[in-house]
Amino acid sequence: MLGTGLLQGLAVTAKNLAGSFHDPDRFVTTQYPEEKTRLPEAYRNFPFLVSESADDPMGTLRCVACQICEKECPPQCIYIEKSKDKKPDAGGKMQLYPQVFDIDTAVCMSCQICVEVCPFEAIKMDQVFEIAATDRFTGLMLDRHALAKPNSYYHQIHPTEAAEVDGRLAAERKAAEEKARAAAAAKAAAKPAPVSSPQPPATPGAEAPRMPPPAA
Amino acid sequence: MSPAATTNEPILERAPVLLRDWLTGSLPERARWVVNSLIAIAVLLAVFGLLFAFLTLAERKILGRIQNRPGPNRTGWFGLLQPFADGIKMLTKEDIVPRTADPVLHFLAPVAVLAFSILTFAVIPYGRHLVPVELDASVLYFFAAGTATELAVFMAGWSSHNKYALLAAMRALAQLISYELPLLLSFVPVVLAAGTLSTTGIVAAQAGWKWHSVPHWFVFTPWGAAGFVIFMISALAESNRSPFDLPEAESELIAGHLTEYSGFKYALFFMAEYFGMCALSGMAVTLFLGGWQAPLPVLEVIPSYAWFAVKLLGLLLGFIWIRATLPRLRIDQLTRLAWKFMVPLALVNLGTAAFWSLTFAWAGPLQLLRWGVALALVAGPFRLLGRGLSAGLGPRTYRYA
Repeated sequence: MLGTGLLQGLAVTAKNLAGSFHDPDRFVTTQYPEEKTRLPEAYRNFPFLVSESADDPMGTLRCVACQICEKECPPQCIYIEKSKDKKPDAGGKMQLYPQVFDIDTAVCMSCQICVEVCPFEAIKMDQVFEIAATDRFTGLMLDRHALAKPNSYYHQIHPTEAAEVDGRLAAERKAAEEKARAAAAAKAAAKPAPVSSPQPPATPGAEAPRMPPPAA
Repeated sequence: MSPAATTNEPILERAPVLLRDWLTGSLPERARWVVNSLIAIAVLLAVFGLLFAFLTLAERKILGRIQNRPGPNRTGWFGLLQPFADGIKMLTKEDIVPRTADPVLHFLAPVAVLAFSILTFAVIPYGRHLVPVELDASVLYFFAAGTATELAVFMAGWSSHNKYALLAAMRALAQLISYELPLLLSFVPVVLAAGTLSTTGIVAAQAGWKWHSVPHWFVFTPWGAAGFVIFMISALAESNRSPFDLPEAESELIAGHLTEYSGFKYALFFMAEYFGMCALSGMAVTLFLGGWQAPLPVLEVIPSYAWFAVKLLGLLLGFIWIRATLPRLRIDQLTRLAWKFMVPLALVNLGTAAFWSLTFAWAGPLQLLRWGVALALVAGPFRLLGRGLSAGLGPRTYRYA
């Protein structure tokens, strides 16, 4: 009969009106600043620098200042200055480290290319979205202190990806150790001599030792 | 406001009149009349202004709840300050008038729409002693003033010099002319039954209870129930509310006649829409729901204006509920519903009401016959017309390339 559909519709809305009062699970919205929904693992924006430990982020940065990301970055928002000295990395190898590592998030377009090209798993995509600032020249310019976040944080935001990365790094480290042991054994067999001093690693960054272009 | 407040009534019932008389009692006779009228105007504007403010909030809250979200809850306790925040926002917005618009009409339209909708508040009896203006033909006056708002809507659409606004204005006229007819026809039986065009007289005609429990409201008669439904559907269309909000169909016409309005002029249109809704609901309460009469004799302890408010709010919630439920009609569906369904039903309803009042003296088993015939007169045409309403115009089939 004419009108029954209207009444059914009114019943549906009335049910929802009453239901929203006694059943909070019905709510489809989140009270944002107080509560936050868990972002999906695949969500990504703005890169951050991975450090091994949370206590000493500057000392344990994975970044070796190879500057590949700086060169690949399409909007040229990364600026890196290499260090003059070297520090041992997580594997104990002596490495350069970034004295200055700036990302201008006002320019960054979250394309993830820096992450794709990094051979050291040192830069990864973050999940921050609340980076509003009152001054775009200083507030959105993140230096290495602001960018460094521990590996545990990486595990927190992208668990699967972080586990994969850790596995790969462990395998590489193991392979390197075995290689070193084999080399040492071979050397010891040939002629007992002290282990050769650590050489600068043959990284892709080291193949291009040109001076960095001035940041755009 | 009638001065005849008898002393044997409860104090709350007399309180508004006593308060007014205490304020103006010392004035000379002539000045008293003017000051009394001014007080009535001020009270009406304050009450309905606040009602408008909180109605917008209630609407947003209820719509939110129906869509399973909390609605505005940031400004103040439970969002109660939201209307005031909105008001400040509207006041501080820039007032933009298009260069090619007719500046005088563009300015006049929101003023006129609000003025006419406020005029309609004058004749509604809000309580036993709370009738701002008592006219012999107050129902006629009410609908005359209410219809004039449509003129202002067309004024807005025409003066904006905007194609969307003009289309909306033309739609508004088509819609409002279509629905004016069932609206007016639906209350004619009430005038027939009450024998008067005065709102106080109509409320008085609905006084008393049958068997001390069933009030004599017109909505409890077959023709009254049908008339009430027709009246409310037409009222929805008259106040441009969903599902009849075609003049401001945002998916087609941006904001319709409001497209070129900003700032407080826009707020005035908004206010007029809600005032119109309140006035039509108030009139529906007066015509069909017994006005300020209490539903049961024992409940007469509660003052009459409280009963009026309860009924008015109930109808307004109904408006909001319907808005949350029904999607917008197409313009041809809208006019078809009016001309092919509601106008014939309203005309038949006139006959039903005539039958009902002619058989007033029937008693005993004849009373059953009276009810049977009247209900058949209501339900029969509804079924018949409802069957033919969409015949041949059924669901559209679309062919894609």
